[in-house]
Formats: sequence, C-alpha cells, structure tokens
Amino acid sequence: MAAKKKSVRKSKKVGKKDLTIHFMPYSEIAKKNTIERIKKIMGLILDKKIIILQGKLKPDEEVRLIENSMTLIGNIKDFQGIEIAAISGESENVNLFHKIRHNIAKILIGEQDAITIIGPASIVKEITQDPKKIELMLQRK
Amino acid sequence: MKETLINLNSKGDYKMIKIIKNFARRLFSGFFKKRGEIKLGFYGSPNAGKTSLANRICQDWLGEDLGSVSRMPHETRKIQIKEDVILEKDGKKIEFKLIDTPGIATKIDFEDFMKFGLKRKEAQTRAKEATQGIIESIKWLDDMDAVIILIDSTLNPYSQVNITIIGNLVARKIPVLIVANKIDLKKSNVKKVQGAFPEYDVVGISAKNGDNIEEFYEGLFKLVKKI
Ligand SMILES: Nc1nc2c(ncn2[C@@H]2O[C@H](COP(=O)(O)OP(=O)(O)OP(=O)(O)O)[C@@H](O)[C@H]2O)c(=O)[nH]1
Ligand SMILES: [Mg+2]
Repeated sequence: MAAKKKSVRKSKKVGKKDLTIHFMPYSEIAKKNTIERIKKIMGLILDKKIIILQGKLKPDEEVRLIENSMTLIGNIKDFQGIEIAAISGESENVNLFHKIRHNIAKILIGEQDAITIIGPASIVKEITQDPKKIELMLQRK
Repeated sequence: MKETLINLNSKGDYKMIKIIKNFARRLFSGFFKKRGEIKLGFYGSPNAGKTSLANRICQDWLGEDLGSVSRMPHETRKIQIKEDVILEKDGKKIEFKLIDTPGIATKIDFEDFMKFGLKRKEAQTRAKEATQGIIESIKWLDDMDAVIILIDSTLNPYSQVNITIIGNLVARKIPVLIVANKIDLKKSNVKKVQGAFPEYDVVGISAKNGDNIEEFYEGLFKLVKKI
C-alpha cells in the first residue's frame, strides 16, 4: 500500500545500492573450485546483488548453495534465502524469473546456451512484484 | 569463529565415516547376497504431498501413518523413517525402508507462517527448524537406493528445486520416479510435468484420495528393478 506512494523515490534507488546486477562471465568462476565458487556467489548475494551467470553450476554446487543459504537464514538480518533459476535453450523455465528472462535473453542470447540467475530471495520478490525495476536495472548497464 | 572450525571438522569426519560405511556396505553386500531393505526416499518441494503419499503406502501395507500432514508448508522438518514396510507383488516380497524428507526450498520467510496463524515466535522457530530440515534432506540424498520425487501438478513444474534434486540424484546414479500429485484438483496438469521431465517416468496420482495409486505401485516396482 505504502509502496505505491513511494514508488518514485524507490525506483531512484534502483541500481544504486539495493538492486544491482552482477554479470558474471563463466571465465570468472571457471578456474575456481566448488568452495571458492560458493564463496564468491554468496558474497555477492549478501551484498544484495543479482548474479547473471553465463553457463550453469553443477548440481552439487546448487545444493551447496542451498545449504549455505539455509545456514545463514536467521543468522543474518533480513536474509531469507535465495532464488535460483537455470535457463537454457531447451528448458522453458518459467518460474519466478520468467519476467526477467525476456529482457535478459535480448541481451545475452548468442553463443551462450544457458544462463543462471541467482539472487537474494527478498530482492527477487520485490522485482517480480514490480517488473519495471528490471528494465530500469538493465538500462543502467 | 571457533564454531565454524568445529563444524568444518565434524563435517570432514562425517564424510570419512560415510566413505568407510559405503565401502563396508559394498564389501558385505557381496557376501550376503540376500537383498536387504530398499531405502526409498520421498523428495520434493514443501507441500508437494510427500508425507501424504508415504502415509498412504504405510496405511496400505501396515495400517498406520508415517508422519503428519498439513496445509502449512514445512510440516515435516525432520527425516521420518518407517522400516520393515513389505510390499508384495505377484508373490514377490520387497522390503522397504521409507524415508520421508523435509521439503526442500531455496528460501524461507517466517512471516509466511504467520499467515497461517502462527505467532511471530512460533513462526521463527518453525523457520529455523525448516532450514535445518532442508540441510538434513540434502545430507540424506547420498543414502538413498531409489527416490520418489513429488511434484504438485497444479503448479509450474519447472521449479529449480525439482531440477536441482533430480540433477543430484542422476549424478549419484540413484534411480528416480516422478509423481505428479494432486490430480484430483482442477488445475492439475500431468502432461506439463511430463513435458518438463521427458526422460523420466511420470505417474499422476492423488495421494489424498488414492486416485491412480495402482499405477503408482506399478511404477514403484519398475523403479526397484533399476537399483
Ligand atoms: N487436493 C489434494 N491435496 C493434497 C494431495 N496430497 C497432499 N495434499 C495436501 O497438500 C498439503 C501438503 O501435504 P503434505 O503431505 O504435508 O506435503 P509434504 O510434501 O509432506 O510437505 P512438507 O512436509 O511441508 O515438505 C496438505 O494439505 C495435503 O492434504 C492430493 O493428492 N490432492
Ligand atoms: Mg511432509
């Protein structure tokens, strides 16, 4: 309710601190082992960044990420876990991220056959409630 | 800081014990050919109907329940086990150990539980237990002989949790049967679940009223052959 009134001020914040996207080319984690990857990703997430990773994590890395998030919920203020979606050409992954997908596809489609989006759950919730925010974020890039 | 260290160590020990356990298991299973219990796991998102199906099986063959069912997600927050569940088909007996797991999620917001009428403190406790339950579910993935994945067929099946769980089971070479649950509901779409997981057997059932449960048992016996 209050959000409506504040929407102008809020969208100004977009891209500043609360909502930023971290584009992560696969090369950024290619040489890292699982623990280092998880550390890197969790660090960004706790920094309230949404990560767009070119490529995919291994299934084992995905569960490690979930485990890690579960350990942090309740211990880090306002942290509610993560949202994660691996999107590839063949799988039509239309979960919470389906609104983002369209926009990102426009930017990233090409050689990369898969992208993975990972973000703090609280922030993704905000975005899906107000899809305009994605456009704003992407414009800044 | 200290706590982290201890945790890491105990995790390492846990892993070591597991390796020895697995080795011993492999060694002995060669000696005693008699096939023991099949550890059958029930995995999936919260509220998919894992406990409802496990209860139905237990009711069918033992006449008792395994665990409690609720509209509120994360009802199961600790692994629930029922041993000596013997199913019979065409005169052949198969012994199962049913392992019902806490629903796996990537996020938990305690305020969601308050919408179900829990007080703040209760909701926070439930959330805490739910996070620990999820970690436990993940730990147990290694220990399963076969797994039933429960998917609520009224929801979008392309959820990352389903994909992550199945990916991990495939990597561990653990056979999987996908159950598209809640076919009694209007919004149910079993075809969509099949479309999302074309390489897997998918059985549509209602764990609640038992619709199509015979086909589920067929699928279960087929699954056992893949172990
Ligand atoms: N309509 C319908 N409801 C079902 C069916 N199976 C389960 N439910 C309902 O879905 C809710 C969740 O069922 P549970 O069996 O507790 O689900 P679960 O997967 O064990 O959930 P967690 O323990 O929270 O992970 C309950 O309200 C059940 O009555 C079904 O086949 N049809
Ligand atoms: Mg349950």
